[in-house]
Amino acid sequence: MSAIARTDRSIIGRWWWTVDRWTLGALALLVLIGAMLILAASPSVAERINLDGYHFVRRQFMILPVALMVMFGVSLLSPVQIRRLAVVGFLGSLILLAAVPLFGSEVKGATRWISLGGLSVQPSEFAKPFFAVVSAWMFAEWRKDAEFPGHLVAIGLYLLLMLMLLAQPDLGMTVVVSVIWFGQFFLAGLPMILVVSLIGLGIGGLIGAYFLFPHVSSRIDRFLDPASGDSFQVDRSLEAFMNGGLFGTGPGEGTVKANLPDAHADFIFSVAGEEFGGIACLVIIALYAFVVLRGYALLMSRNSLFVVLAATGLLTQFALQALIHMASAVSLMPAKGMTLPFVSYGGSSLLALGIGMGMALALTRRHAGAEEDLP
Amino acid sequence: MNRRAKTVHLEGVAKQALETGRNRLLLAGCLVALAFVAVGARVIELSAFRDHNEPTTSNTTADAALQTGRADIVDRNGLLLATSLRTPSLYADPTEVLDAEEAAATLAQVLTGLAPAEIVANLRAKRRFVWLKRSLTPREQHAVNRLGIPGLYFMDEWKRVYPQGALTAHAVGFTDADDRGIAGIEKSFDDALRGGQEPLRLALDLRVQHIVRDEVARQIEAFEAIGGTGVVLDVRTGETVAMVSLPDFDPNVAGRMEPDARFNRATLGVYEMGSTFKIFNTAMALDAGTTTLRDGYDATDPIRVARFTINDFHAKRRWLSVPEIFMYSSNIGSVKMAMDVGTERQRAFMGKIGFLTLTALELPELGQPMVPSPWRPINTMTIAFGHGLAISPMHLASGVATVVNGGIRRPVTLLAADVPAAGARVLKASTSKDMRRLMRLVVENGTGRKASAEGYLVGGKTGTAEKSGGRGGYKRKALLSSFVAAFPMHAPRYVVLVMVDEPKGQKHSQGYATGGWVAAPAVKRIVERAAPLLGVAPVDPKSPEIRRELMIEMPGIGGKRLASF
Repeated sequence: MSAIARTDRSIIGRWWWTVDRWTLGALALLVLIGAMLILAASPSVAERINLDGYHFVRRQFMILPVALMVMFGVSLLSPVQIRRLAVVGFLGSLILLAAVPLFGSEVKGATRWISLGGLSVQPSEFAKPFFAVVSAWMFAEWRKDAEFPGHLVAIGLYLLLMLMLLAQPDLGMTVVVSVIWFGQFFLAGLPMILVVSLIGLGIGGLIGAYFLFPHVSSRIDRFLDPASGDSFQVDRSLEAFMNGGLFGTGPGEGTVKANLPDAHADFIFSVAGEEFGGIACLVIIALYAFVVLRGYALLMSRNSLFVVLAATGLLTQFALQALIHMASAVSLMPAKGMTLPFVSYGGSSLLALGIGMGMALALTRRHAGAEEDLP
Repeated sequence: MNRRAKTVHLEGVAKQALETGRNRLLLAGCLVALAFVAVGARVIELSAFRDHNEPTTSNTTADAALQTGRADIVDRNGLLLATSLRTPSLYADPTEVLDAEEAAATLAQVLTGLAPAEIVANLRAKRRFVWLKRSLTPREQHAVNRLGIPGLYFMDEWKRVYPQGALTAHAVGFTDADDRGIAGIEKSFDDALRGGQEPLRLALDLRVQHIVRDEVARQIEAFEAIGGTGVVLDVRTGETVAMVSLPDFDPNVAGRMEPDARFNRATLGVYEMGSTFKIFNTAMALDAGTTTLRDGYDATDPIRVARFTINDFHAKRRWLSVPEIFMYSSNIGSVKMAMDVGTERQRAFMGKIGFLTLTALELPELGQPMVPSPWRPINTMTIAFGHGLAISPMHLASGVATVVNGGIRRPVTLLAADVPAAGARVLKASTSKDMRRLMRLVVENGTGRKASAEGYLVGGKTGTAEKSGGRGGYKRKALLSSFVAAFPMHAPRYVVLVMVDEPKGQKHSQGYATGGWVAAPAVKRIVERAAPLLGVAPVDPKSPEIRRELMIEMPGIGGKRLASF
């Protein structure tokens, strides 16, 4: 640990002494657990669709170091640099999002993917963290100078993004982005009366989605009344937890993954539940909770509204993604395909998470007094 | 405000904003923490307090409806027609089976109906789950357990059992391997049966059903026919007391049936009924007032229309009264009767009695009548004697119930009806009374004499239709011989229809395969056997009240009054 001297003033040295090493450790643990779960879950999925058993494992292990490098690189930046990166990144992902309906490929009824130099990319994954930072900046400016209509800009950008996400359609992403954006607005001092009416609007939006999108209504119907339709995936997932018990059946011994189409992505938590057991699942939950809540706690002592808002947005996004994934797997909410951060298989998701958590790490670094003057 | 003041003011605002942000962040943190706790609690609940071997939880609420099984189906007297039993099904995880060959060989010895080669193929499948046999008996389960083959497992499943076998197959229908109704009542009431606990009570009377099936089957064999159907309706309520379609199938092994056996001739098949249609033709004319029982038509010469010639089978070559036209089944007289009523009124009548739309029967297997379009005068003429409008036997029985019950049409139903459904008047009560006399006359003196069941005052009408042979023509040798009857004719309670598909003339029938020879005797025996069970007592046909009720004036035979005995 003391390989880097406290007096080391190089970039790396400064980073090491200012970054939150507890968070770093928790993330590293999650990555390790994820690697183990991918090894357990993905071979049976790959074999079922006639791919080489270690197809997903190889791809994941190729992306993982890249994502970690990206996270590390981004976490070296200063808050101002983060802001610039976010603006550029947000513009870039908007352009890609606009291109999706034109050049994207349709998978399972939605057009979300676009091919960039041989790689399939899901632009909405990248738009998410950048948008959180950009809107945080706008909200902060609004509070700093009442004459600057930052909140209006944020509202405009939000509506634009909604439009693009609903066109795909990607309701899960829409909900996540909405919740984060609303949370930031809330933190930035949105009057209570508006908080209540916006929550009402959100519920109205969900009800609207229920009637507008047939796949949403069928999914919610099945959650409310499982007998009304095919609840195969959720049933298998619950079976996995029961089968695993507290201590699990042991790595590779699970049977449910053979029947779950997305065991390596949307249902990897169920594989953890079966093979490693309930206690291991609690450890995973605790790791996520630790990262998020420790992040929040660090922000309590920060003096820049921008930093607080931006980091809250990024951490909440991380939390929400994990919560939705886990709650779907244990049937606490209607099934919604969402990757488990740093654990599930998925290139775009992993890279975007690297960027997002890299920015969160950068923002929660201790910038001895420097941020008071943050422009 | 000078510059410095503004800065200070702004700093104050920023501080305040930060303060608000922190307070609200605390709140958000609490919410997120709560959510994590909730997920953790649920994980513990699932992994520590639920046992996956418990059937009630292994599939959670998804199978809750199935856990209670399907509701039973019973006949009108509460006898079991369909029920659900919980039985073990055998499956294997092929990856755990050590020696597929040996396992298959020993399994084949204890499980009948499974070929070793088939089992080996299953046990070598590259999957984690293969069904070996659904629904084992306890004895079979015990035998499989004794073998101790690793990798074999049981899963409890509900199995639908039909204790009556083929007897009510077409009415009750059947379910698929996953307990979903896919035919008959099982399909049309799938939702209700799935959620229900109360047995579903049908109108069918198992005893009558058995009699009808027995008698129709006997005629099919005696006349080398390809199939047949029998229906008994309660004329007062529209309840289907018996409904048989042959050939039929055993719903317990529904997977193995012939396509023809699945076809419900009583409701799904639509046929040109032939002379039985004269019941409706005559009722229509009497009701419209274009003729009366004392009027008649000249039936001396055949009617030539376009390239058709309409002639009589039992030609009398003279003027015939309306009762004679009906009794001798005169096509010529019937056509003239229909022409007097007219095309429009005929179409309206056929609509009112329900022959242009599906019957109300609660089955998915209903045949749509084949209705002429456009409805020309030539159609009016052919429909008069039962050609050019194809309906299902259930339509026919329902129409006869309407004609004899006083003229009220009630929807036919397969469900027991404690209170009859509301009906709609189609005919005058007086027309209905006339028709009862005419139908009785056919059995007393006409083509339906073989249907006369002593004391039960059967009345009816024969029909012998040539089946249409595809390209618009008719097959001379392919007949559809039917008899539709009601009893007792002075106060009708039940309609009985028997129809035999493609009977061949036999020595014992002097070469005839007509409705009077093929179907009428079956109706007679059905009435004789079923009437006591249905609570219809025999009466003395010579009693004055009954003679008065069924007396008919026969102007054709020198104007003398002819009582119906």
